Amino acid sequence: MDYTLSVLVENHPGVLAKISGLLSGRGFNIRSIAAGETEDPSVTRIIMVVAGDDRIIDQVKKQLDRLVDVIRITDLTGIPSVDRELALVKVSSSVSRRAEVFQIVDVFRAKVVDIAHKSLTVEVTGELGKVEALIEMLKPFGIKEIVRTGKISMGRGEAVAEKGGESRA
Amino acid sequence: MRMPGAKMVVEALKREGVEVVFGYPGGTIMPFFDFLHREDIRMILNRHEQGAVHAADGYARASGRVGVAVSTSGPGATNLVTGIATANMDSIPLVLITGQVPVDMIGNDAFQEADIIGISRPITKHSYLVRDVEDIPRIVKEAFHIARTGRPGPVLIDLPKDVSVAEGDFTYPEEVNIRGYKPILNGNSQAIKRAMDFVRRSKKPVIYAGGGIITSEASAELTAFARKTGIPVTLTLMGLGAFPGTDPLFLGMLGMHGTVAANQAVSECDLIIAVGARFDDRVTGRVSKFAPKAKVVHVDIDPAVISKNVLVDVPVVGDAREVLQEMLKLAEPLPIDSWREELMAWKRENPLTYRQDCPVIKPQYVVEKIYELTGGDAIITTEVGQNQMWAAHYFLYDRPRTFLSSGGLGTMGYGFPAAIGAQAAFPNRVVFDIAGDGSIQMKIQELATAVLNELPVNIAILNNGYLGMVRQWQEFFFDKAYAFSCLGQRPSCPRHCNTPNEECPPYVPDFVKLAEAYGAMGVRVERPEDVEGALREAIQSPRTFILEFLVSREENVFPMVSPGAGINEIMIG
Ligand SMILES: Cc1cc2nc3c(=O)[nH]c(=O)nc-3n(C[C@H](O)[C@H](O)[C@H](O)COP(=O)(O)OP(=O)(O)OC[C@H]3O[C@@H](n4cnc5c(N)ncnc54)[C@H](O)[C@@H]3O)c2cc1C
Ligand SMILES: Cc1ncc(C[n+]2csc(CCOP(=O)(O)OP(=O)(O)O)c2C)c(N)n1
Ligand SMILES: [Mg+2]
Repeated sequence: MDYTLSVLVENHPGVLAKISGLLSGRGFNIRSIAAGETEDPSVTRIIMVVAGDDRIIDQVKKQLDRLVDVIRITDLTGIPSVDRELALVKVSSSVSRRAEVFQIVDVFRAKVVDIAHKSLTVEVTGELGKVEALIEMLKPFGIKEIVRTGKISMGRGEAVAEKGGESRA
Repeated sequence: MRMPGAKMVVEALKREGVEVVFGYPGGTIMPFFDFLHREDIRMILNRHEQGAVHAADGYARASGRVGVAVSTSGPGATNLVTGIATANMDSIPLVLITGQVPVDMIGNDAFQEADIIGISRPITKHSYLVRDVEDIPRIVKEAFHIARTGRPGPVLIDLPKDVSVAEGDFTYPEEVNIRGYKPILNGNSQAIKRAMDFVRRSKKPVIYAGGGIITSEASAELTAFARKTGIPVTLTLMGLGAFPGTDPLFLGMLGMHGTVAANQAVSECDLIIAVGARFDDRVTGRVSKFAPKAKVVHVDIDPAVISKNVLVDVPVVGDAREVLQEMLKLAEPLPIDSWREELMAWKRENPLTYRQDCPVIKPQYVVEKIYELTGGDAIITTEVGQNQMWAAHYFLYDRPRTFLSSGGLGTMGYGFPAAIGAQAAFPNRVVFDIAGDGSIQMKIQELATAVLNELPVNIAILNNGYLGMVRQWQEFFFDKAYAFSCLGQRPSCPRHCNTPNEECPPYVPDFVKLAEAYGAMGVRVERPEDVEGALREAIQSPRTFILEFLVSREENVFPMVSPGAGINEIMIG
């Protein structure tokens, strides 16, 4: 199963290396990781999706929490949250098949953001399932390149960010 | 007050009450040493940076204070690595200071540049690259705080040369506030109550305690708790000394080389009260067979060790001392006489023994004699291998901080520099490194350090001519093929030799001459009847002393549990 963790860390050089080193060094299986500054510029938020079971995730949280630079960990798994991923998909498409691509893009409420002679670039934002479904639909045209941000998530409402599954005992 | 960065570091060490630093100089760290040598802090010049870290580590384990080791950048820094990993595995508080190339040269493959922050990341508790001289007071303050609090560990400060010489304002902070670092000290009172409910209900409880008792200075509390409730105690290798080795309630060490009584107790008990111990695989053996009938209460300061290897029924996160004090308030004598009697019978019937069946010195005998002649009042460090296990078995440690050994990493070469550190902390105590002939050669150059600093460390080399622990495994698990474990092998030897005899080529080096070459005392002991006299001489001597005991070559460490077996499946030799 996939778990989503929101991790607040000090915004120093080297902190991301610490986190990724810890995860790989202990053999945890990371599906995606996305980091960016928060409303407080001294703090970075990392959203990571980790594969495992309850016991493994418990270890992931505890090991992350041991890092001095980790300020707080919130487990967003199973908590009402807004989940998004952004993907750019470059599709081969001859002029004759463009209309078909546009149709699919429309249905998914995605956007075509670049057109060249032999390819189109599609931008899609949404939940993981939607992004994956669109990629699936575009495959028959021939996919040249995919860039995905990895999932970002935010608890819904106010209470969640404070309470949701915080790991500090 | 304005001053250069390097002086700030020295000033900060003074504020932290540092009395001794272990280190080795080089280009980028020269400004620091220049200021240090104008101060009243003792500096011990080791002969290898790894020796400096182990010495700082031995100092820390013996004294309970933070150990400090300093090196230059590049090769100096990379030489620290084994020492840092050793301390990290055993949760020992150290502050390491490394020189670094100037900030604007970092990343350029500059002369003697190594990314020591990157290299040491997985083996430090925390690390700092100092970019701004004004940050030095805060960083040093935080480093000491992080090293010694919570679950202790090594903290590294990488100090670029330009930062060392830049001037800044020195104001030492009064307190530390790190928002991501707030160790939990007092255990949750509900959890403690629940733990004590389990204790009260159990019919066959056993206390399993480890290095965390020593870290938290909780020996008195642990002892009081065991005596009040009447619950027998087993200790990990790292815990030895945390509970008196001579106490009737003590079952001995558990685990791979644990006593029959301790391993049986854990296998048969209905409750394990684990305090400051981390269920290491050398302790549990095959986890599925570990303590099959037991509920588990686990007191530890590090939430990450709870339910990591063994599922825990009652976790109590907190400092062992504080939690034991609370548990003690709720403790009462338990009606477990028949269980205790059963354990005492196991202990009586299965003592640690060896056969004195040949005219050759038995290594166990040497350790026994060290115990006897020092009256148990000595600081013992060990190397790694059979020597380490015999040191754990045949010396009874009644007090914490008297048994210093690399448990988690198992670093050969630890014991001698650690003994130097311990002796530096306690110049008047008797310090012994119980050594193997293989391990001692890993850091033998520290003889110069010991001699020149007038540290009367005693080294008892149990010379079996083998990497004995490796040879033992080869005997048991590799059809007795002694591949590359004989330390005397030459081209003239048979390629496959497992029959040491009188014809074997002479041992290299000659440890007695080596001792003399360094200006230490060296004595070779070949007969059991000479052991005592030689030990007496070393103990009384104010000099660094090597005693080389030629011991029976193929002696094995028993009891032993095969790797992968349950800890009740014990080979007793
Ligand atoms: C050749 C060889 C053979 C070995 N054989 C054995 C063997 O037979 N038996 C054996 O026991 N070991 C053996 N070891 C050692 C083994 O590898 C481990 O190092 C050891 O078992 C770990 O001891 P520990 O659980 O006490 O943990 P430590 O490594 O000492 O860790 C201390 C624990 O206490 C916690 N702690 C720290 N501070 C506090 C505090 N203030 N309050 C509460 N908790 C705290 C920490 O979080 C940690 O969980 C052997 C090693 C070697 C090299
Ligand atoms: C640095 C290092 N290298 C290798 C090992 C593997 N090892 C463990 S015990 C041992 C043999 C130690 O030999 P010696 O010091 O003579 O001790 P003995 O077992 O003979 O008492 C070896 C090689 C180790 N623990 N540390
Ligand atoms: Mg040996």
